[in-house]
This record gives sequence, C-alpha cells and structure tokens, in this order.
Amino acid sequence: MFIVKYIKDVFSGIKSLLVGMRRTGYYFTHHKEIITEQYPDNRDTLKLPERFKGEVVMPHDANNEHRCTGCTACELACPNGTIKVVTKFDITPDGKKKKAIDKLVYHLELCTMCNLCIVACPSDAIVMAQTFEHSVFDRAELTKILNNPGSRIMDGVE
Amino acid sequence: MLEEVATSTEGDLVINVGPQHPATHGVLHLVITLNGETIKKVEPHLGYIHRSIEKMCESLTYRQFIYVTSRMDYLSAHINNHACALCVEKAMQIEVPERAQVIRVIMDELTRIASHELWWGAMAMDIGAFTPFFHAFRERETINDIMEETCGARLTMNYMVPGGVMIDLHPDFQRKVKEFIKLFRSKVHEYDELVTGNIIFRSRMKDVGFLSKEDAISFGCTGPTARGSGVSCDIRKLYPYDVYNKVQFEEVLETGGDSLARYMVRIREMHQSISIIEQLIDNIPEGDFQAKTKAVLKLPKGEFYTRVETARGELGLYIVSEGATTPYRIKFRSPGFSNLSALDTMARGSKLGDLVAMMGTLDLVIPDIDR
Repeated sequence: MFIVKYIKDVFSGIKSLLVGMRRTGYYFTHHKEIITEQYPDNRDTLKLPERFKGEVVMPHDANNEHRCTGCTACELACPNGTIKVVTKFDITPDGKKKKAIDKLVYHLELCTMCNLCIVACPSDAIVMAQTFEHSVFDRAELTKILNNPGSRIMDGVE
Repeated sequence: MLEEVATSTEGDLVINVGPQHPATHGVLHLVITLNGETIKKVEPHLGYIHRSIEKMCESLTYRQFIYVTSRMDYLSAHINNHACALCVEKAMQIEVPERAQVIRVIMDELTRIASHELWWGAMAMDIGAFTPFFHAFRERETINDIMEETCGARLTMNYMVPGGVMIDLHPDFQRKVKEFIKLFRSKVHEYDELVTGNIIFRSRMKDVGFLSKEDAISFGCTGPTARGSGVSCDIRKLYPYDVYNKVQFEEVLETGGDSLARYMVRIREMHQSISIIEQLIDNIPEGDFQAKTKAVLKLPKGEFYTRVETARGELGLYIVSEGATTPYRIKFRSPGFSNLSALDTMARGSKLGDLVAMMGTLDLVIPDIDR
C-alpha cells in the first residue's frame, strides 16, 4: 500500500512540475504577451495620466499673469511646510494698496504630493505637473519659486 | 546576567536575521536561537523604521494627518486612509454620499488585490521561485495604472478625505476596471498552475508554521493569518462600514492553521474581492463624491475608535480629541504587529529554512509594524 502511494505521489509531483513548466514555456515562446516597459529608452513616448501628482507648478498665461492672490490657503493646508507665501503690497493705478505675492516658495524636497494645497486653493492658481525625474546634484535646486519674475495677478481674480 | 547564564544551554547558536535581509522585506531584525537547525526561540527586534507617526499626527489637522497613514502600511494605503476618514466622519457625524461610499469600497478592494498580488509574488520569491513575482506584478501594474489615473499616485494616493473622496472618478475608470476584471479572471489560473499545485511548494508549506485557533486569538492575530486558523474576524462582515453590508461576499476561512492554509485564504480572498468589485462597478450611483464639510474640521471632545479590514488584518484607529483642530492623541492598532508576535509560537521546533516560509505567509510590512 505504501509503495502504491509513494509511486502515486511521485507521478503527481512530476505532473505538477510539468504543468508549471508548461506555463513558463508558454511565455517563453509568446514574446508579444510580455509587457515590459523599456523606461529610459521610451522617454519620448512615455505619457503620464493628467492627474499624476509630480510637482506643484503655477501656470502663467501669455502675458506673464498668474491667478495667485496670496491668500496663504495652500500654506495653511500643507502638512509639511512645503509652501511659503511671501506677500508684498502693489500700488494699483488708482493709488490704492493691494496685496499681491512677491514670491511663492515651494520646497520640492519636503513635498509628499498629497494634493491638499491644490484642493485648498480657491482661485486654482496652482496645479500638479506630470514630472517625475526630480533628481538634482544640489539640494538647493529643489527649492523653487513658482511665480515667474515680473509676473502679475490676472485681472478679475480676487 | 546570572539568569541568562543559567537558562542558556550548551550548543545553542544565536543568529541574527536582519536588519538588512532579503527575506524580511524591510528592516526587521530577528534574533533566532538555534539548537542545531531547530529553532528554539525567535525574538523580533523592532524600531529600525520607527518614524513616530502617531506623534506626528498630533501636530497635524484632521485633513492633514491622513496622508501620513499611507506611509504605514504602504501596500494598503487606501484602506489606512479609509480608516482615518471614517473615524473623523463618525466623530463629526458627517453623512457620506452613497457615491463616495461605493468608490471607497471599490478602491479598497482593488488595493486588497494589489496587496495580495505583491504578497504572492514576494512570498514565492522568498521560498525560491522567481517567476511568480513577475506574473504577480503584471496584474498589479494594471491596478496601479488605474490608481494613477484616478488618484494621481501609485502607492501613496491620499484619495480619501473626511466626507468622501478627494476627486471624482476618472471617466475611464469603469472601463479600465472591467478590463482588469477580465484580465484577472483569465490569468488567475496561472497562479494555481505555477505555485499552488506545485509539489515542491506544497511540501514546503504543508504542516509548516502551525498556529492553533487558541493561539491566534490570544496573540490578537487578525486578517488572513487568523482566518487561516479558523478564527472568524473579518471586519467587513462583523462590523460592516460603508457599503459592505450591501454586497454579497463570503468570509474566507480555512481550518488548517499552517502556512498553506494562510496561503489559500489570501488566494481565495482575491476572488472574493473581484466579486465585490463586479457587483459595485456597474452600480456606482450618481451624485456628489464628497459631502459638504467645513474648511476647518474640529472634532468634539471625546474618544473615537474605528476599525477597518486592511489586506493584513484589522486596523484600529483611536483618536482622543480635546475639541481642537488637531488630535490630542492618536493610536493605531496595526495588524502587522500582532501577527508578528505569533511568529515565535509558530516557529518553535521547526527548522530554520521553514522560517522564511512562515514569515512569507504572515505578509509582514515592516513600516506597518513599527509606524
């Protein structure tokens, strides 16, 4: 009885190995079904989804105008102190003082891409960009100023 | 010191597995006392990846602290975020729209499948099979792409917020998930062909790392680890949250208590998760994806506790609030910690080579143990 069971076990064991080998052999002969991305070579065609959270940027239009009012909602929403809003007072043509941003400092090295600042922004001034290759040689390069030099706030954004 | 000398016996060998070891999937340090090749004692040393997440949460507001929990059990990040959102909603009595609830449950189950896929590949690699890892990652990549499209990230999504979800579903979501279900169903038999039926695998898993039902309960094991020993502990069934009470699924139970039983629980759980997604994906109700909440959340004074079923077991979140915008104290009851504590009982008397198989079936995620 023991011999019968032993031989049965041996054959079922070999069969189970062959079943697995058949699956491996299938992929060995069907290269088309292998879905490997050749990452650094496919950089030109690589397209990330539009919602991908890569880094915070501030879009500017053709007249170098942004939508940021300097309300510091993003600064308050950020869990890590990634964003610092430096405000200044602009003099409007009719002689009034108006608060505007001087610099919007963004520390990419502290950012965890949690999207809370984007959600908190009442005027949609900042968005997430689809970049992901963030490595630099100097840490200071990761501290960015999001508004372009000489940029102004768009008309009609309060 | 004297006591140590008295209890130590001649011929004992103490070896260290970790903190950097391929089989521990992270910085887990195991001090193993051996007699020959037989394990006498396993002592896990923790703290190598302690980031004091609970303390960090105390200085963050109720919207901000959710992102930190993605970094605990990074393989079921959605489910961790879900626990936080649920606890804040429970405390503030926020009514979550039906659409958000359904989206959350679909996301949870997708995360569970992705987590079990990774576990399957990694565990097979631990015990010497390299191919399954790539088979598992092929399907997992599809889930990650779905997550990336809707939530904007692959692992640390931060998608659940108090009151619902952060952004509405991507228009392609339903189509992509249906494609994934089709793909999964056509590929899942490969797992059984490659690993489950394999004679070498079965003889390495059968009767290895036995954990009795009593031990599983007394160590506080939850999730597939306990269900492999026959303990009914699925939070989705026992304390349903969101729309889990409206979907049909069975709690997977195995009575073997050995590594193979824990393996089978997870394999069968993937099928259950797919069936949950199938029931919900065509019935996502229209409506808001987020309830209207105040900009600054303030929890009322008191203590709040919620629990969810992550891919590894029960995650409990305990918040003590003093009525301020930040919590006074937060405590996570993580599944990995309790499951790891059963390792000593499991491993005693077995051979050193089997320890890797046991650790593999415990599905340990070290940042979840240490926090």
